[in-house]
Order: sequence, then C-alpha cells, then structure tokens
Amino acid sequence: MSESNPQNPRITWEGCSVLLDINDGDRLVFARLSPSSTIKIGNKKCCLSPLIGCPFGSLFQVETGPKGPYLLRLSATAAAESDHLKEKDDSQPTEGTNDNRSLIDNNKAQSLSGEDIDAMRREGATGDQIIEALIANSSTFDKKTLFSQEKYRLRKQKKYAPRVLLRRPFARSICEAYFKKHPARIGFMRVDALSLLLSLADVSAYSDVLVVDMVGGVITGAVAERLGGTGHVCNTYFGVTPYPMDIVRIFNFNDQICGRIVQTPVADLCSNQENKIEHFISHENTSSLETQPDADERSLSTTCILSDDAILEVQSVQEEISNDSLVKSVSVSETFISSGNGTSDHMDVDPCSTKSLDVIHEENASPVLKTCKSVKPGRQASPEAIKLWKENGFTSLIIAAPDLDTWKIVEELLPLLSYSAPFAIYHQYLQPLATCLHNLQTAKMAVGLQISEPWLREYQVLPCRTHPFMQMSAFGGYILSGVRICSNKPSHQS
Amino acid sequence: MLPIDPAKKNSFQRKICDGDLVIVYERHDVMKSVKVCDGSELQNRFGIFKHSDWIGKPFGSKVLSNKGGFVYLLAPTPELWTLVLSHRTQILYIADISFVISYLEIIPGCMVLESGTGSGSLTTSLARAVAPSGHVYTFDFHEQRAASAREDFERIGLSSLVTVGIRDIQGEGFPDEFCGAVDSVFLDLPQPWLAIPSAGKMLKQDGILCSFSPCIEQVQRSCESLRAHFTDIRTFEVLLRTYEVREGRMNCGGDNEGASPGSRPSKRRLPSSSEGSNGKETKGGSVMAMARPCGRHNFDWSET
Ligand SMILES: C[S@@+](CC[C@H](N)C(=O)[O-])C[C@H]1O[C@@H](n2cnc3c(N)ncnc32)[C@H](O)[C@@H]1O
Repeated sequence: MSESNPQNPRITWEGCSVLLDINDGDRLVFARLSPSSTIKIGNKKCCLSPLIGCPFGSLFQVETGPKGPYLLRLSATAAAESDHLKEKDDSQPTEGTNDNRSLIDNNKAQSLSGEDIDAMRREGATGDQIIEALIANSSTFDKKTLFSQEKYRLRKQKKYAPRVLLRRPFARSICEAYFKKHPARIGFMRVDALSLLLSLADVSAYSDVLVVDMVGGVITGAVAERLGGTGHVCNTYFGVTPYPMDIVRIFNFNDQICGRIVQTPVADLCSNQENKIEHFISHENTSSLETQPDADERSLSTTCILSDDAILEVQSVQEEISNDSLVKSVSVSETFISSGNGTSDHMDVDPCSTKSLDVIHEENASPVLKTCKSVKPGRQASPEAIKLWKENGFTSLIIAAPDLDTWKIVEELLPLLSYSAPFAIYHQYLQPLATCLHNLQTAKMAVGLQISEPWLREYQVLPCRTHPFMQMSAFGGYILSGVRICSNKPSHQS
Repeated sequence: MLPIDPAKKNSFQRKICDGDLVIVYERHDVMKSVKVCDGSELQNRFGIFKHSDWIGKPFGSKVLSNKGGFVYLLAPTPELWTLVLSHRTQILYIADISFVISYLEIIPGCMVLESGTGSGSLTTSLARAVAPSGHVYTFDFHEQRAASAREDFERIGLSSLVTVGIRDIQGEGFPDEFCGAVDSVFLDLPQPWLAIPSAGKMLKQDGILCSFSPCIEQVQRSCESLRAHFTDIRTFEVLLRTYEVREGRMNCGGDNEGASPGSRPSKRRLPSSSEGSNGKETKGGSVMAMARPCGRHNFDWSET
C-alpha cells in the first residue's frame, strides 16, 4: 500500500507492513513500520524503527540500553544458532549422562532474585549475560539432562532476551498466522485449502476473478497477490454492505495492486439497469472505519468460544490522514495474538502471554505521518468494468461464505462466469457442498465436479527423532470445484 | 493456456479456432488434449467427432459425434493439463502443486529454478504463477525428456515463460549465471541433498527452497543438508481426499404420498464422473445428496 514501489521488496521500508514472529511463533503480530511505532514485548516497549531498512528474515533480540529496551539485530550466525537450539525443543537426546533422578523442585534452585536481575540490567548486562548468570546461579542446572539444560536455556532466553523474527506478510504467512492464532476470523481455512482454491480457480495474471469473501479478505488478498497488479479481483456482496476485508491491508500491496481490488454488490453484476448512486452511498457508509471494531469483536467472541486456549489481544490503530481537501480514514488493524500453547511452565517464561480474553482497542494517540495512500483497495467497481464483465464473463469464481446458502450463491453467480471457466468453493462443512454438487450436476451447469478435502501434517525431521507434530489441526475444510459449461447445448439427447 | 495473450483470454466472446488446444472431456477421469485442426477427426468410444464442427463454438460447449455421443470441449488450464499430459515420469498432482506454489511465495515477476523437469506437471503451474514478467528455468539431465517437455510448453503456449535446460543438477549444480538472482528453487530429484548447496547459492537473501521427496529417508537427508545452508526448515505431508456424492432417498413415516411404507432408504448412485443424463423424478420421500470418501487417495511428502 505504499505509494511508491519500493526498489527492493525484500528489504523493509517506512510504511511497510510486516509480520513479527516473537519467540518462535509464541506470538505473531502484524505491524506497520514507522519511526514512531512501538511494540510491547513482555513489559518492555520497543521502538520498531530499527527494523526499517532491514532484509526480511532478519532476527532481532530485545536488549536493554541506557535509554531503555530496544531491538538489536542479530547476525546470521546467531540466527542459525537459535535455529539449532529450537531443534532440541521437544525430544530426548540420545547422548549425555545425566538423568533427572536427583532433581528436587523447591523453587530454591535459583539464587538470583528479580532485583538482582534488574540491577544487572541497569549496569548494562545483555540478555545473553543475564541468561549465563541465571545458569551459573542455578544449583540444579548441572544436574539436568542435556535435553533439559537446552530447554532451560531456551526458556530463559524467551523470557530475558525475547527474539523477534521479521517476516514478509504473504498470503501464505498471513493465512498461517491467522489459522494458528485466530482461525474463526478466516473461516478455519488452512493454508493448503487456500492454496487449492487459488489453483483450482486458475488464478493468474490478467484474470478477472469473482470472489465472495466472507473470511476477512484473506481470499481477496491472496488473489490480488497472484494477479500482481493486472486483471481484477471483484469482491462481490449480497445486499448493500460490503464484507469486511481488513486482512487485505496486511499485504504490502502497491497502488497498482490495490487498484485491481474492487467491490460490487451482486445486484449490480446481475441487473441490467444500475442504481449507482444508492450503492455508492451505502458503500461510503459501510466501509468506513466505525464498523470495523464491531466486526473484530464479533469474530473474536466466536474464537473465544471455539478455541479455549487461545489468548487474544486485538489492537486497532487508527490513523487519520488528510489528503488535500478530502479526509480519508485508513485503518491499520494490528492483530496481536498470543497463545499459551506450552506446558504449565510456559506461562512464566513467555513474557508475552497475558491470561486475559480482553479485546483491547487502542487509539493511537499520535497519528503517524506518512505518505498518503492514493489508492484504497476495495473501491467500487467502475460502470465500465461491470459492463466488460457482463460482456465477457469472469474468468473464475471463488466462494468462501460460511454463513450463506452455498447453492443459492452458486445458482446466482455461475451465470456470470465465462464458459469453461473454473470455480472453487470453500466450506467448513461437507453437506452444503454435497448438495451444491448434486444440484449443479442435475441442472447440467458444470463438469469436472469434485469435492476434495485437503489434509496436511507437519513433521519434525531430526536424526532418529522424526515424527509428526501432534498439535496439527486435522481439520481444514472442504472444496467443491468444477468447470462451467456452455448452456446453449445442441439438441438434447438421453 | 494463460490469459497473458488478450486474444486467448477466456470470455463469452471467445470461440474455438483452428489451431487451438482443447481439452476433450468425457468424464472427470477421461480427458485428453487435442489440437484443433480443420479437416481432422477425433474418434473415441462415442463415435467420430469432426473438428470442423467445433470451430466457432465457445469453449465449454458440448459437441456431438456422428452417433449422437457427446463430449465437452474445455479451455486448457494447468490443472487440466496435469490430468492429460503424457506421463514420462512420476508427476506432481494438484495438492502438492498448489501447496508448493504457495510456500515458495511465487508471484508475478519471480525468477524460479526447477529440477528435474520430469513431465512438466509442476512447471505449468510455476509458469502461471510467474507470468507475465517472471521466468521459470527448468533443468533435467534426460535429453529426451527435456525435449518432450519443451515441445509440450510450446504446444500449450508457455514457451515465453519457461526455458528448459539439459544439465545434471545433482552433479554440476545450477548454472553460475543465476547466482543470487532467483526468488525460489524447487527440487524433485532422487538425491536432492546433492543439489541443495548450489540451490542455496542461487537464491536471493530470504529466498525459499522447496524439495519434494516421496520417501522419508530422502527428506531426512535433505534436512541434514538444509541445516547447513538454511533456516526455518519445515516438512509437510500433503494429501487430498476426494468425496463421491450420491443421492439418498429418505422415506419418512409414510406421510409422503407415493412412499411405500416400510421401504428402506434407497441410495441411487450419482457418480460425479458421469455427466450423462441423470435427471430423475423424485416422487415421495425427501431426497438429499450424501457424500462419502472415495476409495483411493494419493499420499505424498513435501518438504519446504
Ligand atoms: C519425478 S521426475 C519430476 C517430475 C516433475 N516434478 C513433474 O511434476 O512432472 C524427476 C526428474 O528428475 C530428473 N533427474 C534425475 N536426476 C537428475 C539430475 N542429476 N539432474 C537433473 N535432472 C535429474 C529425471 O530425469 C526426472 O525427469
């Protein structure tokens, strides 16, 4: 969304959207880099400015300097070491002589107090030095197995020297982050399901893709990413209120790409006479910022019910940007999501966990000055574009509308597709898709009809210790796909 | 195959022309690709189809044979191509392909390296993802396979996006000219660990490598090699289960006229494979579509 195309998209710039991976996925934060933006890690508030101009993939560590906590960029070797540490994360090593028979857990093992550590900090000790001191002052460290020693070190590192990995916000990482921390928001769509939708709908440069995206904009964004500033993604909606697509703002889309993301009510695509003015007004009302906190709250409460171990914080930073005569509101909604996914001792080591289900809407007191966004994603489609789509048809269709009647949508939208155009429909449940497939088949509207269920399992691969990760969600939803056929058939036969 | 050529973009206006490549669809599992050639004929179990009858019809049309049999003529896509290409090697299928494209974070304009080319099943999807301004350089050491793949890419109109090279990638690595210049590398080789050090050199900073192996032993060795050159190594198993939909008729308690009391629910097969006339009257009882998993699924390893 930056105004000028950054010369190197692999290096962050001011105004760039980033995914911050804190302590190896314990917490994932989408943020926008500006000289004044900050992030709170544990009880330390760090400025994000050191991240500007760094390559994606850089690793940072929270250190305390004379002026307070700051993010220090680690060298590539330190990053590699940290990766090495992670590998020992959850498995028993085969070497080493210690076992834990003589360990007594009495809270007295550590002789360094909180005050001692604070004093070290004041004297300018680095996070690594504090960790070494903690180890030196632990009466039990030497008695631990090699495996638990590594674990202890990692725990202390997460607490006293938290690390922040700078990631590119791409459809893949965005979908993964939401699926991990906030799945209800994206209709429980796993990254492999999203990938399949994009392939099955043949999304490529110069496509005109019709989408019904009731999953926060993740589909709209993913399609726009594949279009690369060509073609169109037409995000259509039933009624007068466009569906929220805040996730689109997380992508680093330039003006060219944003201009290709448009919204249109279904009625405009289907009708012959258009009532532009009415829709224009309704769009202006509904896409304004006021509606977004509500949307966040709604989806959050669902998440809280469905996944009890998720700890969520949502922070909405609102910025008022004046652009000559007209005042535009641009929302940067940062979704701070943490999950207490570890063992019981995870709690005291993760400085980022908060055991609360509060939703925090924080107004940014000092709006960040930055380049005006000249093109906002999701403008109303122009009458010319609508006319062209009516004449030519869309090149494909993707639907993810968990709360609407799948067959009704398909019945209405399929005629808007060119003949031989593919479509792909996501649903969390199988039955609506089975019904839809049956109806499509009976009405002879499509061929190549198939319902598939993507299945994904991540593995830990280490010498002698290869196994699937246990916490992988087995559920990724279903996809109905097919190809629209030409309705003016030759003489019917049986 | 791709809408980069505006004249070939799918649209209500677009009609099948002499020289076009079409996918002849009989059933979801019986398809073939045919180059339309005025004067030619296609013969299959449904009879003889004249290409001249096809010209001028929209893609997606149903066309008849001399015996009244029918097929559909579809516009080619990478997904359909994967189902019709000639298997010169084992190939990747859609579940793996879509996952690989996403994890490699390939977007228009990317430079991508691939080895081996094999039957080019993945390559068409790579080409679609980098279009219009990116490029795929794909390498196979098997000369004949490379030549066949090149012909295929020509046939489906992708030759401006794909270059096929003949090279022993495990032995020699990728050509030096790509050093530090590519966004993503994909490997489907028997001993990928031999190519990993070279692949690492080809990538831009924070570039992504994905290696596909069917066996866990290969994955294990690849991971060991990756650890020396890469961070953030992850391994996934990807698969796809498909469902068949049948129509179930439930007779409920005899309050439907025409329902024979005591008759057990009858299932009528509604295979998604048959596009033939399945139109049936459903009198009495409620009818619903019911889905159940199909028998067979593919099982694959993918490693990023
Ligand atoms: C399983 S096939 C790849 C299939 C491909 N991914 C597809 O989807 O069609 C593996 C290919 O790698 C090629 N190959 C094996 N060793 C190679 C080497 N050292 N250098 C280059 N290609 C090699 C083989 O000739 C074969 O065509």
